[in-house]
Amino acid sequence: MVHAFLIHTLRAPHAEDTGLCRVLYSCVFGAEKSPDDPRPHGAERDRLLRKEQILAVARQVESMCRLQLQASGRPPMDLQPQSSDEPVPLHEAPRGAFRLAAGDPFQEPRTVVWLGVLSLGFALVLDAHDNLLLAEGTLRLLARLLVDHLRLLAPGTNLLLRADRIEGILTRFLPHGQLLFLNDQFVQGLEKEFSAAWPR
Amino acid sequence: MFTAGAESLLQQAREIQAEELRKFCSRVSKLLREEDLGPDAIDCLRRLFLIVSATKYNRRLDKTCVDLLQATLCLPACPEPLQVLCAAILREMSPSDSVTLSCDHTHNTRQLSLVASILLAQGDRREEVRTVAQHVLRALESRQPEGPSLRHLLPVMSKVMGLSPGALQEDQTTLLSKRLTDWLRYASVQQGLPHSGGFFSTSRARQPGPITEVDGAVATDFFTVLSTGHHFTEDQWLNVQAFSMLRAWLLHSGPEGPGAPDADDKSELEGSTLSVISATSTTGRLLPPRERLREVAFEYCQRLIEQSTRRALRKGDSDLQKACLVEAVLVLDVLCRQDPSFLYRTLSCLKALHGRLSGDPACVRVLLPLARFFLTHGEAAAVDSEAVYQHLFTRVPAELFHSPMLAFEFVQFCRDNLHLFGGNLSILTLSFPNLFKFLAWNSPALTAEFVALLPALVDASTAVEMLHALLDLPCLTAALDLQLRSWPAASERPLWDTSLRNPSCLEAFRDPQLQGLVQHLLRSKASGTTQRLAPLHQLLQPMASCARVAQCAEAVPTLLHAFFSAVTQVASGALTNQLVLLLLERSDSLYRVPQFEARVHRVLSAQFLALCKLKPSLVVELARDLLEFLGSVNDVHGRASMVTSVVWAIGEYLSVTYDRRCTVEQINKFFEALEALLFEVTQSRPSAALPQCPPQVVTVLMTTLTKLTPFHRGEVSLLLSKMRTLAQSPGASSPHGEEGTEAIRTRATELLNLLKMPSVAQFVLTPSPEVCSPRYHRDVNTALPLALRTVSRLVEKEAGLLPG
Repeated sequence: MVHAFLIHTLRAPHAEDTGLCRVLYSCVFGAEKSPDDPRPHGAERDRLLRKEQILAVARQVESMCRLQLQASGRPPMDLQPQSSDEPVPLHEAPRGAFRLAAGDPFQEPRTVVWLGVLSLGFALVLDAHDNLLLAEGTLRLLARLLVDHLRLLAPGTNLLLRADRIEGILTRFLPHGQLLFLNDQFVQGLEKEFSAAWPR
Repeated sequence: MFTAGAESLLQQAREIQAEELRKFCSRVSKLLREEDLGPDAIDCLRRLFLIVSATKYNRRLDKTCVDLLQATLCLPACPEPLQVLCAAILREMSPSDSVTLSCDHTHNTRQLSLVASILLAQGDRREEVRTVAQHVLRALESRQPEGPSLRHLLPVMSKVMGLSPGALQEDQTTLLSKRLTDWLRYASVQQGLPHSGGFFSTSRARQPGPITEVDGAVATDFFTVLSTGHHFTEDQWLNVQAFSMLRAWLLHSGPEGPGAPDADDKSELEGSTLSVISATSTTGRLLPPRERLREVAFEYCQRLIEQSTRRALRKGDSDLQKACLVEAVLVLDVLCRQDPSFLYRTLSCLKALHGRLSGDPACVRVLLPLARFFLTHGEAAAVDSEAVYQHLFTRVPAELFHSPMLAFEFVQFCRDNLHLFGGNLSILTLSFPNLFKFLAWNSPALTAEFVALLPALVDASTAVEMLHALLDLPCLTAALDLQLRSWPAASERPLWDTSLRNPSCLEAFRDPQLQGLVQHLLRSKASGTTQRLAPLHQLLQPMASCARVAQCAEAVPTLLHAFFSAVTQVASGALTNQLVLLLLERSDSLYRVPQFEARVHRVLSAQFLALCKLKPSLVVELARDLLEFLGSVNDVHGRASMVTSVVWAIGEYLSVTYDRRCTVEQINKFFEALEALLFEVTQSRPSAALPQCPPQVVTVLMTTLTKLTPFHRGEVSLLLSKMRTLAQSPGASSPHGEEGTEAIRTRATELLNLLKMPSVAQFVLTPSPEVCSPRYHRDVNTALPLALRTVSRLVEKEAGLLPG
């Protein structure tokens, strides 16, 4: 099962370090069991911890992506879209996986699967023994859907004020973090349902 | 894409002040109270979501606002965008004490699902998980004819089980197992009808036709996730979800529970069961619910395996087939562990599958769970696991090291299944050259994994070869890049470093004269021999500036540390000596990547000292080699840390206390060699071409020579005069810098003072082991700097009273 899904910024490999890695959207499915904490404001501390865990994952994904792009010798502008008409070649996008040990930063050991598209990083935080092929496929699907339905290729759009669409896509394609075995026709059916509720 | 406009929007959301937020909340409350919830409301809620989620610190929203959000979420008829936004805001705030939602307020399953997502995010402080579980189960159990879609509820059950396995009682588990069995086995085989609202199959409409397989043929058997059609019925949806959660459910509701002991305990039971249970399946209807579910799960997996032989028309379906294969093998593994009677039927099926997939590089990732299956159940099944491993460890890494996901999964496979290799661990330890290919190519992602894996890979018989391989790892990266360029193109986008076009060494790489070395570097198994790859280092020099090579070079020091901590556990005296000789030899013979040599030298010199500490007698045993090392150092600056460590170790351990075989001749020879080295590095007319050696080398040489002086049976006057010179001014042009010069001067003075009192010198510089206890540096009475200073002051005070 997926513990969290996040979208964050990816800065180009050779750019100067302007600004920080920003998490643009994150969704944690369920919560890790809160430790028994007698101190007051435990709930706020939990939330703070959760946000920091997600930020830690985002930073690690960003550096992995940057290293991978450097290693393959791709030009730094590769993350920018060529034109709004071409479909984004997701099968060639930088992607990878790494493991997070228990306690660092989540209580349980987890695996992160990530994908870099158009200067955005998409990542799934999974349990340690999930089906990675399925997770990869799901992540590619989510990225494609978000790029299409949020029209991320068009200049000037961003996803900060479009959370409702992202939520709509997630409730259908990754409900409560459940990875689904969806063949193409199922995907089309769900997409139609989504488009009906969120007309363009 | 993350434009300046977006950055400023994020900034605004993070910096909004309390007063402004309060005003905004009251605006939101006003909008939510209206009858008609239009686009203004949605727009405001989007902004509110951004404000809440943009910062990691808590945002205090007005109570009225929060209550209205909760109320809006639970309205009987509410447009979906509004619902999900309210839910998202409440979820982003969580865990929070102001959330007072309850499952009772919901009107349909979609709302229940959204409310559940908020309650499950509270961290289970008030048993929310159990409450949610009970509610959802009640909804799942009720069979309402016109009921809302149950498909929103199964994922909640799955999540609940993951968070809190004890939330369900025995009879509830049984009931859900029954429903899952129905959905998995008896979903409709007719396509659904086109709809305008929810997904329902109405019986009065005409039949739209049967479902199809992924290759377009009409479906031959029951519905699975690999069955397609234009529209789907409710129960077909539930089939998809049921399979998606099947493995977790089986593990949760199995006889052993989530922490199942692995099959080694069961192999005896399996062996005896196999002879008793027949190959045919029992009649399904008579089985209790859990067993029935397992039987159905088994049939489902078999059907998926059969369906995966079809050639899918769409790429997405083809990818899904592979994911289904992996899942089917994983589920079958769980089934066989829970009920060994499945083993007989499963084995023939999976052996055939393995045979089919071995030749197909596109399906290589399915081979890993298959291998795990054979590892787990191989004993009981008398499967020839050798053949399985051979292919997996010999060919796969050599051909597919460049795929980051495969590399990760392969290494995870090794890490997670160490306990299953049992007596066959040599397969793993002998395959380390192949495994290192994954590491050399994907070092950022895999370094941590290999640090954890190295203790299992390190073996006394291959340790020396492995150390060479680790020191040559960046060289391997370069060679793999060239190898990829030589192969026919595997994919559209080139896999090698595209910023380096046509490297000059590509031709030379194919030179027949060097093929022996190249093949050794690219070997797939430990060969038991070592070869000096210095010619390859030179050849591959143009590749040293590649980013991938540099990344690998950065990982090597960490790996060396892990290697040494593992090897010292298994190293005998002879092996330790071999490793030390290797360190000395290789410190001069490394692939020249920028900063690589300096970093590796630091590690090697530290490890050299650690090895000496473990086995002090090696200084005497390897005396000849150490002398040779000292004599052959022509670039002291380049190997400063190694030289420092060696000289220091000689001073520490060259004595009969550590090895009775230490002779006076040895000490004399070392003394002369060190003296010569000292004179060489402190020439008053240093050569302009060679860089000056660091001051540490000078001071450690002086200190060691002083330690050896009491035992040296030769002339010391030359040394003394040299040290007096250094005490006044180390060199005419003072190339060591202010601090360096000062350090040399001070140390020379202290040592000269010590030499005036030889017995004190012995105590101060080579204290006996009892004195060298761990609190040495903490105990003020025995601290060396203090002792030196005290002696110096004493001597200076008394200088007038001493003769000469």
